[in-house]
Amino acid sequence: MTKRWLFAAALAALLIATGCNPREATNVSAAVKPDKERKAAPDFALKDSNGQTLKLSSLKGKVILLNFWATWCGPCKIEIPWFVDFEQRYRDQGFAVVGVSMDEDGWDTVKPYITDKKVNYRVVIGNDMVAQLYGGVESLPTTFLLDRDGRIASTHVGLVSKGDYEKEIVQLLGRKAAGTSVAGVFAALAPSAAPGAR
Amino acid sequence: MLACSPLWLPRPLPAQGNVLTILPPTKATAKPGTVLTAKVSVSLRPGYHVNSNTPSDPYLIPLKLTWAPAEPLKLASQVFPQPSMEKYSFSEKPLSVFSGQFDILTRFEAPATAKPGMLSLSGKLRFQACNDQMCLQPKTLDVSLPVEIVK
Repeated sequence: MTKRWLFAAALAALLIATGCNPREATNVSAAVKPDKERKAAPDFALKDSNGQTLKLSSLKGKVILLNFWATWCGPCKIEIPWFVDFEQRYRDQGFAVVGVSMDEDGWDTVKPYITDKKVNYRVVIGNDMVAQLYGGVESLPTTFLLDRDGRIASTHVGLVSKGDYEKEIVQLLGRKAAGTSVAGVFAALAPSAAPGAR
Repeated sequence: MLACSPLWLPRPLPAQGNVLTILPPTKATAKPGTVLTAKVSVSLRPGYHVNSNTPSDPYLIPLKLTWAPAEPLKLASQVFPQPSMEKYSFSEKPLSVFSGQFDILTRFEAPATAKPGMLSLSGKLRFQACNDQMCLQPKTLDVSLPVEIVK
């Protein structure tokens, strides 16, 4: 009996160590990375729904939830009301949500949707160049949490629970920006994507 | 299926190309003055679905098969399978989807004046796939199907 338990425990430990999972991996979810492992978030400049250019690096000093989404993506739509809630509750603490829509039809489709859903955060229309800067973004939703220094603190591909996001946001809001200015960090990044919609 | 990767590495994402496969086509034949049926068989990776040709939400991208003109054949009709209405964790209402393996049939009229010989039908299959947690970007695959007009 003891041997059986020992064998089961050893097998479980092996599976955990190798990351084996009887279910096929379908999403990527990571907790907030330690400071030294964070990479600078690629900068971009895209038009928002009011026609104003949003340069990511202009949000210096804020914790940013950068969400790639589309109106045709069911799992993305579950998250949008959460982001509206986060924007409302944490805005005053230096937090901002930025939605990057990957809809091919651009504002014709996106504007009515965000109006209908009363989206209270800035939304821009993404393009292939920006997607490439962030690893291709082949799956949606893909969400990055950026710390106050403009570095990617966590990445989520696929639907994540509201609680998981909130835990990370609160954690990142609790930390002050390092000595380096965000503008300085962004300046050292990959070339900016061309502004403008599709 | 067992998916393994060290915990310190990100989990591999499914490659888009592997989610939907167009199975090798079989040659369609027709006599002049009859109707031929072109069959495109599609197989989806388990756990994934595509929106049907008639999605239940106007924002969703429908499955669409289009054919380039192939004289002297004339497109007559297209038949998609009966979609299934599936409920997913991310949707309040069931969605009209296809999953597993299914066929799309397109009927072409071969005019009585059509000369015997080989033709090739070229088409494009547009789809957008999701699983219960994420969606993949819409994609278009080329479809090619040999056709023979026989006496």
